[in-house]
Amino acid sequence: MNQIPALARVFAYLSLLTVGGGMAAFPEMKILTVEAHRWLTFPQLIHLYSVGQMAPGPNMMMIVSIGEWAGGFLGALVTVVAFFGPTALLTFVVARLWKRLEDWPWRTSIQRGLAPVSIGLLLAGCFTMAKGAIAGLDAATIAVVVLLILLQYKINPALLVVASAVVGVLVFKLK
Amino acid sequence: MLDVFLEFLVIGATSFGGVVPYLRAALVTKRQWIDDKEFVEMLSISQSLPGLNATNMAILVGEKLRGMVGSIVAILGICLPGGALMYLVGMFYKMHGDHAWATAALKGVAAAAVGLILSTVVQLSKKSLAGKFDFIFMAMTVLAVNRLHQSVPRALIVVGILGILFHRPLRAQKASAAR
Repeated sequence: MNQIPALARVFAYLSLLTVGGGMAAFPEMKILTVEAHRWLTFPQLIHLYSVGQMAPGPNMMMIVSIGEWAGGFLGALVTVVAFFGPTALLTFVVARLWKRLEDWPWRTSIQRGLAPVSIGLLLAGCFTMAKGAIAGLDAATIAVVVLLILLQYKINPALLVVASAVVGVLVFKLK
Repeated sequence: MLDVFLEFLVIGATSFGGVVPYLRAALVTKRQWIDDKEFVEMLSISQSLPGLNATNMAILVGEKLRGMVGSIVAILGICLPGGALMYLVGMFYKMHGDHAWATAALKGVAAAAVGLILSTVVQLSKKSLAGKFDFIFMAMTVLAVNRLHQSVPRALIVVGILGILFHRPLRAQKASAAR
């Protein structure tokens, strides 16, 4: 079955929802990729997203894996172009306008008005993910410890993710 | 041109754990393609628009340096290493992801990712939320998506418009006049 057009549609749509960060699109990504198109399961989506946090570059490159599963190399390519194309074009156009709008009073209004919404979307995405990722007290403890360390110390988050993989093996495998 | 591509390729290959500090080190400190003020301004545009900070910054800096072609090579450069890596990781995970050791490690990684996102939420809130109404708008967004199961765009548009109207120019002027 040819999934390429569906991949292009879904990821172009998700692209426009990533206000404030990739996580903002996560609830919708779950509905579309897991429930509607069944390209992967919810645990797989959580795993890919989480592993993606260890990779360098933009933190949503895990979409490449979804594209590859659903449509091979072409699927991966189409997914990336669909996910980054629309927002790239928008940013390119707005960047030129934005400078001219420097004195426009609504400019600040838009920035300040959208800030709480984009943070809310990140948090909503986080809750959606937590429902699948935090199954018990062990996992909750790891999440809280990572949160506290990041708030307290200036440490590279990727290191903490790697460390949590080791903790995961110790806690969940040896039990 | 090749310079732009290579610099973003290096950022794309080395920026473990979040691109923003790497972007600043490479573009402001090392290359001096933009100054600190421009960097902060571009970052604020990147955060207000849809799209990831990393790719939006690549577009903005690329555009400033070499116009449209600059934007294209910058975004290609920053996406290529991570994309290639996740392509391989995806294939590997498909083959070995259900191995008991892998499942255990992935559980830990997923829990850590939740903590990581929460820390981003806390840091952004400290920086850009002011007053109780901002927190109410944030809570409304969360409730709309998680509890009322509204689609993300609907929540974004409705609460976004409320937020923008709340921070409308007249009010902002009055607030700054009162200070």
